Amino acid sequence: MIISVASGKGGTGKTTVAVGLGLSNENVQLIDCDVEEPNAHILLKPRIEEEKPVYSLVPSVQEERCTHCGKCAEYCQYNALFVAPDMVLVFHELCHSCGLCSVVCPEAAIVEEKRRIGVVKKGLAQGVDLVYGELNVGEAMAVPVIREVKKEISRERTVVIDVPPGASCPVVESVYGSDFTILVTEPTPFGLHDLRIAVEVLRTLQIPLGVVVNRAGIGDMKVYEYCKEEGIPVMLEIPFSKEIAELYSRGVSFVTEMEEWKEKFKHILERILEA
Amino acid sequence: MRQITVLSGKGGTGKTTLVASFAAFAENLVVTDCDVDAPNLHMLLNPSIIRKQEFRGSKVAVLDESKCIQCRRCEESCRFGAINDLKIDPILCEGCGLCAYICPVEAIELVEKICGYAYVSKTKYGFMSHARLNPGEENSGKLVTLVRKNARQIAEEQNVDLILNDGPPGIGCPVIASVGGIDLGLIVVEPTLSGIHDMERALKLLDHFKINALVCINMYDLNIENAKTIEDFCRSNGVEVAGRIPFDPLVTEAMVFGKPILEHSPRSKVSEEIREVIRKGLEDLGKQSG
Repeated sequence: MIISVASGKGGTGKTTVAVGLGLSNENVQLIDCDVEEPNAHILLKPRIEEEKPVYSLVPSVQEERCTHCGKCAEYCQYNALFVAPDMVLVFHELCHSCGLCSVVCPEAAIVEEKRRIGVVKKGLAQGVDLVYGELNVGEAMAVPVIREVKKEISRERTVVIDVPPGASCPVVESVYGSDFTILVTEPTPFGLHDLRIAVEVLRTLQIPLGVVVNRAGIGDMKVYEYCKEEGIPVMLEIPFSKEIAELYSRGVSFVTEMEEWKEKFKHILERILEA
Repeated sequence: MRQITVLSGKGGTGKTTLVASFAAFAENLVVTDCDVDAPNLHMLLNPSIIRKQEFRGSKVAVLDESKCIQCRRCEESCRFGAINDLKIDPILCEGCGLCAYICPVEAIELVEKICGYAYVSKTKYGFMSHARLNPGEENSGKLVTLVRKNARQIAEEQNVDLILNDGPPGIGCPVIASVGGIDLGLIVVEPTLSGIHDMERALKLLDHFKINALVCINMYDLNIENAKTIEDFCRSNGVEVAGRIPFDPLVTEAMVFGKPILEHSPRSKVSEEIREVIRKGLEDLGKQSG
């Protein structure tokens, strides 16, 4: 069972919910796919047992063979190569590692070489197996790191994926293959606006979904009206409380201090499994 | 022309709240929303669209089954696992064109797709450049670049010399596209351990691109100790803290009313602090040009 936790808008409480699910249920593997700004480890404080570097393949032009014909640059869809009369420039951060340039080069002058763009870390914390990735600062492509993080998924476990914010390619890559997605939102106009976008992405991917309303009590009621109209179940409400916010600010998951919430997170999982 | 980008690393720290107030306060600026996958700024600035433009950011491979000889060379060479059982998954396809190139019978074609729209609008505070990436699409960085290009164009036409960009969360492709060539990165941080962790990565990003940074602590009173940690960290790294904005439910109320907080409750402590942050930001820009 793979359950992803996503949101559209950032800072709505994805990590709070993902970690809450992890700490309240047995046999959970938590996969943090927010490789630009991973935060689950801040709440879980795992002992890191393994680190694997993540590489991407980028073209390296063998100048002695290159005739500067320009075919590589002409075929590259990402403008990652620029061919001048006397040299070839490679823009690594634009390269998608598709390998087309090395295939089209008539002189076989392009070889691919590995470039380190991030790391995958694995560790155990409070009974939860955590896997997370870190994109090196200055690198543009999060997706290859997300792919490597997801390779660690162990299917026989209950897998919870913490998804990055937004609605573009890193989100699609992270939720792809999930059996269910929990969308965390806050009951505000921004929360609702970005929830609608996230719902659109998930419906395209045909992933069943439910909503968790975080900071319930602030804003307005429109998120609830929307969920009702769309037939989306509201699976849990977490109230806005200074106590929860303060615990989070110190890097403590509120379910460890407020035990009664563990039952609620167990119940969410049961509901998903039943469906 | 001077450019400021508001960023944060972590989402939901208050970038848009600050940018909307900045736009309402400062005169003579063009504002952009560079968060093209989940844009929110328009909800506070209520723009009227004056120009809409298609964004064709990427391509997708399309297979003509009637020509396919089922050699499966495409399937074997796709690096994105996008071709399975001779079907191309448009969601996984990154539009690189390798399959189309190697197909011996030319059964695959790369087709351009509309990935979103860019808009130039007018608000009561001035011009705005923004966009909307279709949900699930790629190339948000390219769309950000288009939004910023449109902003520069209007700024030149209107003789405006300041562009203010509302940045997306994270530190990847759309963020890098939002900070290229700017004069100041203004980081909004919340006093949580996650917020601090993400701010440090955002600061590193600005440093990586040699961009001057300024930090503002939002909802600082949710954890005063952490706010102090942020101040100490900034001091020892030579980064100025431009302001400490308190937590106030009025901010959410202003959002419900669809207004910048400066306009909704101009006399609140929050608004007072935001004005201070804006002054510091403008002063910082002035110093650089002087």
